[in-house]
Amino acid sequence: MTLKRTADVVVIGAGIQGCSIAYHLAKSGIKDIVVLERSTICSGSTGRCGAGIRAQWGTEMNCRFGLAAIEKFERLHEELGMDCGLHQGGYLVVAFEESEYEHLKESIRLQNSLGIHTRTVSYDEAREICPGLSAEDAVGFTFHGRDGHADPFLTTFAYMEAARRLGVDYQRFTEVRGIRYEAGKVTGVETSRGQIDAPVVVNAAGGYSQHIAKMAGVKIPNSSERHEILITEPVEPGVCPPMLISFSRNFYIQQRPNGSMIGGRSPKGHPQDYGLGVSWDFLESMSRTFVKLLPRTRGVRVVRQWSGLYNMTPDCQPILCEADEVKGFFLSCGYSGHGFMFGPISGELLTQQILGQEPRIPIMMLHYRRFEKGELLVEPAIV
Amino acid sequence: MNEREEEIVICRCEEVTLGEIREWIDRGYQTFDELKRVLRVGMGPCQGRGCREMILRELSLKTGKPVSEIHPGTFRPPSKPVKLSLLAAGGDT
Ligand SMILES: Cc1cc2nc3c(=O)[nH]c(=O)nc-3n(C[C@H](O)[C@H](O)[C@H](O)COP(=O)(O)OP(=O)(O)OC[C@H]3O[C@@H](n4cnc5c(N)ncnc54)[C@H](O)[C@@H]3O)c2cc1C
Ligand code: FES
Repeated sequence: MTLKRTADVVVIGAGIQGCSIAYHLAKSGIKDIVVLERSTICSGSTGRCGAGIRAQWGTEMNCRFGLAAIEKFERLHEELGMDCGLHQGGYLVVAFEESEYEHLKESIRLQNSLGIHTRTVSYDEAREICPGLSAEDAVGFTFHGRDGHADPFLTTFAYMEAARRLGVDYQRFTEVRGIRYEAGKVTGVETSRGQIDAPVVVNAAGGYSQHIAKMAGVKIPNSSERHEILITEPVEPGVCPPMLISFSRNFYIQQRPNGSMIGGRSPKGHPQDYGLGVSWDFLESMSRTFVKLLPRTRGVRVVRQWSGLYNMTPDCQPILCEADEVKGFFLSCGYSGHGFMFGPISGELLTQQILGQEPRIPIMMLHYRRFEKGELLVEPAIV
Repeated sequence: MNEREEEIVICRCEEVTLGEIREWIDRGYQTFDELKRVLRVGMGPCQGRGCREMILRELSLKTGKPVSEIHPGTFRPPSKPVKLSLLAAGGDT
């Protein structure tokens, strides 16, 4: 497929962010959109993620984003015409420390005030929600039934297919190597296959967004950390219907619709070499977590382990804005471990910003200016 | 193409038929990794031992490229499934 020479919008990166943005722009009537992906669609962090979706957050902004995203996921099949594998078994948050449990209860008050019906549950009830659970040493549990997970590939492909039907041009194996700008305005991109003139360029390059920003002379403090994850062969369904998560013990576990279990945790040392290797250390500690928390998984075999990048900012919150230095250059990156679930809503909100409308959930505070001003949005509830 | 052929199960682990594979290749999913993402082929306990060759051959037929030029997809460890309890014990039980 030949590369166009001009476009109204160029989107860099075909992960959930780029695909959602391209779809929402096209749906709003923008005609000439090109998405550039240096590898294949969904080959970055999105295709490597745990794909959990939740509204159980500790900051108001994340609660609003999480709830709006869930509402969008619930209608996604209908809207995009493709099943995205949404499974709403809830998130069961396990607290192992009193102080942690107090924080979670405080967050519940915030969540409830925003229309998120999270509640505390007893150990007995936790075991009804998650029959395979064994957590005698837990202090308490919180649960929100509309949380869950989806299939990250199908969700991204669904956005891509719907965007293509609206005329969006996807170019695989096309690497962006430079951003062109003049007098404080973006004018286009240089790629491995030639250049494209465009008045609007969106940086949705995930773990590589800091490189793309640098090409435009825009400085963002992002870095990329390797995180690991594994999947087992199928177990009988119903061992772990919710996403089981602990912030203090640093893990999340879910069961896919076919019965396979997925589990991940933050690595020691947070490697930042852009490598995608896997470690024995992770395999061993994650396996220990599995057999302790879900004893029924003892005899189950691990089928695969892999890793992916978390694109980190100093407060683990995204950057979603237009650059100050280069008008027409927009950024959607820095999602840490929650950029999949926010994809549907951040794509809509950035589209509103690009069109000069007021985003329906304010995103001013997600500008990268906040780091210089010291206005960090620290979120306690992350793995 | 006869219907019987379309119904042949190519990936037994994930129960994916030849017809489905052909349909998604036609829709532009023309590498093994892309088919894997959309159909889960090669993601079963056998890690694609049972289906990779046949899918690569099908990709070759459809795209006109020789099998040797088609990327076989990413292999991920462990290459043989290992029990959680064994891994949890650090391999020393
Ligand atoms: C192990 C793990 C577990 C996770 N679990 C969850 C979870 O449970 N829930 C959740 O919401 N999030 C989770 N995340 C985070 C989530 O995966 C990311 O936040 C999200 O996928 C980011 O999407 P993206 O579209 O910004 O990036 P990506 O999916 O990485 O897409 C960026 C794309 O840009 C392309 N690109 C880069 N540079 C260039 C260039 N120069 N030219 C052209 N293309 C380029 C890349 O190839 C890539 O395809 C997890 C992440 C990991 C690693
Ligand atoms: S036969 Fe396809 S993964 Fe096993």
